[in-house]
Amino acid sequence: MTDVLVCVKRVPDASGEVVLTPDGSRVDGRYAGYTMSAHEECAVEIGVKVAEATGGAVTVLTLGDEDSVEQLRAALSVGAAEAVRVDADADAYGPADVAREIAAVVTTRAGAGKDYDLVLLGNDAADTGDFQVGIRLAYALDRPVVTGVQRLEVSEGTATMQVDNPEGTEIYEVALPAVATVLEGGVSPRYPSITGKIKAKKAPLETVEPSAAPAGSGRQALRVPPPPPTQVEILGEGPAAAPRLVEVLTQLGAGR
Amino acid sequence: MASVPEKARCVIIGAGIVGNSLAYHLAELGWTDIVQLDKGPLPNPGGSTGHASNFIFPVDHSREMTDITLESMRQYKELGVFTESGGFEVARTEERMEELRRRMSSAKAWGIEAELVDPDFVVEKVPFLDKDVIVGAFWTPSVGVVDSLRAGTIMRERAQEKGALTVVSNVEVTDLEVVDGRIAAVVTDAGRIEAETVVVCCGVWSPKIARMAGARIPLTPAVHQMISAGPYEVLADRPGEISFPIVRDMDTLCYERQHGSDMEVGSYAHRPILHDPEEIPSNEQAKLSPTEMPFTEEDFELQLEQALELMPELLGDERGTVRYAINGLLSQTADGFPILGETPEVKGLWSAAAIWIKEGPGTAKLVAEWMTHGNPSIDISHSDICRFYPHQRTRDHVRARTSEAFNKTYGIVHPGEQSESVRGVRLAPMHASQRDLGAVFYEAAGWERPHWYASNENLLEKFSDDQLMRREHEWDARWWSPIINAEHLQMREAGAVIDLSAFAIFDIVGPKALEAVQQICVAQMDVKVGRVVYTPVLDSRGGFRSDLTVMRLAHDQFRVVTGGAHGMVDKKWFADHLPQGAALVDVTSAYTTIGLWGPKARTVLESLTRADVSPQGFPFGTCREIEVGDLGVLASRISYVGEYGWELYVPMEAGAALWERLLKAGKEHGVIPAGIGVYATTGRIEKAYRAFGAELDAERTLSETGMRRKKYKDADFIGKDAILAQEGEEPKAVLCSLTVDDHTSASGVKRYMLGGEPLFTRDGTQLTDGHGHHPYVTSAGSAPSLGKHMLMAFLPPEQARVGTELAVSFMEELYPVTVVSADATAPFDPDNDRIKGK
Repeated sequence: MTDVLVCVKRVPDASGEVVLTPDGSRVDGRYAGYTMSAHEECAVEIGVKVAEATGGAVTVLTLGDEDSVEQLRAALSVGAAEAVRVDADADAYGPADVAREIAAVVTTRAGAGKDYDLVLLGNDAADTGDFQVGIRLAYALDRPVVTGVQRLEVSEGTATMQVDNPEGTEIYEVALPAVATVLEGGVSPRYPSITGKIKAKKAPLETVEPSAAPAGSGRQALRVPPPPPTQVEILGEGPAAAPRLVEVLTQLGAGR
Repeated sequence: MASVPEKARCVIIGAGIVGNSLAYHLAELGWTDIVQLDKGPLPNPGGSTGHASNFIFPVDHSREMTDITLESMRQYKELGVFTESGGFEVARTEERMEELRRRMSSAKAWGIEAELVDPDFVVEKVPFLDKDVIVGAFWTPSVGVVDSLRAGTIMRERAQEKGALTVVSNVEVTDLEVVDGRIAAVVTDAGRIEAETVVVCCGVWSPKIARMAGARIPLTPAVHQMISAGPYEVLADRPGEISFPIVRDMDTLCYERQHGSDMEVGSYAHRPILHDPEEIPSNEQAKLSPTEMPFTEEDFELQLEQALELMPELLGDERGTVRYAINGLLSQTADGFPILGETPEVKGLWSAAAIWIKEGPGTAKLVAEWMTHGNPSIDISHSDICRFYPHQRTRDHVRARTSEAFNKTYGIVHPGEQSESVRGVRLAPMHASQRDLGAVFYEAAGWERPHWYASNENLLEKFSDDQLMRREHEWDARWWSPIINAEHLQMREAGAVIDLSAFAIFDIVGPKALEAVQQICVAQMDVKVGRVVYTPVLDSRGGFRSDLTVMRLAHDQFRVVTGGAHGMVDKKWFADHLPQGAALVDVTSAYTTIGLWGPKARTVLESLTRADVSPQGFPFGTCREIEVGDLGVLASRISYVGEYGWELYVPMEAGAALWERLLKAGKEHGVIPAGIGVYATTGRIEKAYRAFGAELDAERTLSETGMRRKKYKDADFIGKDAILAQEGEEPKAVLCSLTVDDHTSASGVKRYMLGGEPLFTRDGTQLTDGHGHHPYVTSAGSAPSLGKHMLMAFLPPEQARVGTELAVSFMEELYPVTVVSADATAPFDPDNDRIKGK
């Protein structure tokens, strides 16, 4: 039985043009909405699959304000069993702060008899892109960590983690407890069913206070760079263009 | 970057269902050199059309909306984009079943096949619905879905094939140029287009675009939440987009509509979520499209559970998932009607906005007709952009009223229902006194008008139950009081003082003033100074644009007095038809009007004035300035309630003083303040006086309404050719007054019709007039002097005879009625002795 903690972050949906808040301090989701990153959606999917396979359960965690409950509910609606929210202003918390807070939850719960053998995070946050929390967390918990994981299975206390990249495939066998940061592409996150959504509303959600004041990320302001000049490349005409098209799509990762 | 032509005869801004349909209809009517622009890409530029649920239920309580919807369905079918699915409006409560019975009335009145059915009937067609949740349903077999994007493309292409239309997409309008009150050009990021006609078909963006020209289109973008869940096997097993009827779950304000293997659940139940037109994202900023805003889960929680409750097996299948959920933006207006016509602010700038899929092509046809020859083939006076008073064009008004109305989209709305928001905007000068008298205020065009006065409650003891006709059923008595009938009887016995501040008043002045009013009005306007003339105002087909009174105050000054509701539309009609040398001056806010009528009216006024107010000294149909104490009053001897008396006009600031004096002087003679319940319903209905918007509209003629004249003036006027041509023809329908012979329902409770109900023969056989329409009640109300409940309706000519026995259907029961007048003859006091002061 493997209990999994999946950490998610409420971020502005980045599908459209990036819009900043009027003061330039944050990315604004008022037009595109908020979501968790695609990496984290995959982490939730992997977590749910591991829990299903081993008879464990998924807890989903976020650090954020009241609004971030929306992302917790989203995870609950696709199979997470319970949720915990560290009540804090996510923008004030840098990667070191967030890692510390997750570690505090893991430790506290372990003290209460609930062990998370596997902690999953997204590879990087969609808004700030720090690439730090997973590694810092592993360090704080004194656990092994693998980054960029796309597939993960657990068997008899060992997690087999697969990392695909253009050069080849890396396979890690890691004894639990462990930490992994998930890169999108290896699994297809499921969509919620209607009953899943209804269940999510009734699932337990604990709110905890942060363990310490934030040191912050040192970020002062954001700036949207000018859009890169658009390039138009004619790939060919008719069926003859197909091989080149396949090549481009593969390059873009569309085939994964 | 696309380029735009430098010049066009007409620029249509917007390529949603409205702009596309309009381009087609204008081309059909012979327009050429049309340029259509959209900021987004084609065929789905990103407006509300792109995410519409695209289903059409034809039955609405409004005849105007129903007729436009039917015309739209006809067009969608002709385009080959309509799929008939049938549709249920299901009831979970008995209260809703009663509303569905009322819906049957509208279906029968408008001639649409429909049926009330039991849960078994529903489940036979929708097997995955839990029949234990519902008590019954309203079944409309002709309900269907359309492909509105495809329809738009076909219409655009047809106009292009005619060589009439140039379409330019991905072009943003940045300004509208206006010169001397007339549209001159459309400025875009791809160049400037000179044009004398511009139509704003921009849906939720319309207010923003119109403001570039200084015009207002008072609508607001509002969220309609919708999710799509699936795939579900039972849906996927059948071919095509839709094979199960659409279900409107009326009591939860939701619908379930199959879309291929998915089920769409949409809601009008969530809190009103309004946006600003300026705050809609661009195509680039939006995740899906500008009008598919991020879904707010918490607003849909209850709806999910209710949908699951209705269709537990289907929606409970965990293999089906929610893959699409939006806060879809659509256009909402304060009164629920579209915004159509030339803007009152800018000549040549038209609005075709706040139109939903079900109305799109039909509305576009009417607007095209309007733009071409001025006469839409369906009366659309409820949708006229000119209907708004200044306060109704403010954003706060629109937001407040829309917020209130949003959850009534599937609601049970009583025909007399009053809004709670934005009240107290326009107050009569005697408002404080009215409040002290316990007035129950109804709103008309923003005015707070007493409908009846609690101070008259004591009169209920004076009159008999036969006269008061108290209503036993809560629905019939809602927004009504027997005090109205008591006030009416007291007016007939002694007299009443009635606040008419809501009148719209404007003067036509200048050397060509006579020429102007002669041209616009049917009645002879070349009358002596001091005459008051009641006159129809017609369009060039002879259909009613209005009916109103005109006072000749000087050789070059005519004062037009018309109803508040329609006043701004009348004002534009007059202004648009003025010759050089005549001008219109709006004096609505300068004068208040107080009605004084009844057998004691003369005595009361005599006690306050030295003027001769006898029938000889102040003949009917005349007006003049009199002194009422130290107040200068313009008195006009006419009546809409069938009594001797006057409309008294005084400057707004003197209104309260005149009001107090009349009440004080009237008191000892039994003269009371009476409300609009008397003025607008009981007083007029027993006199068979017609009301614009109920009996009179652009689809009705003088001969149908019994208002034909023996002789028409020699001078030319709008509609004259048409009515002279109609002279030889038999009318296709005839306006009649009827009384209800027996009110007793099957349950023994007496029921009172409120208007809109269909009429049949006594045995329930359908009637059809020469237009192919079925008769329905245009106005209903008590006729207390006759002790009868009275109805007005246009009947087929063969039934339009005094004594014809028919039946009216109310809540699915028939009640016997009899024709008491088949022309304009008043059922009460037919010789008008009272008005004459005999």
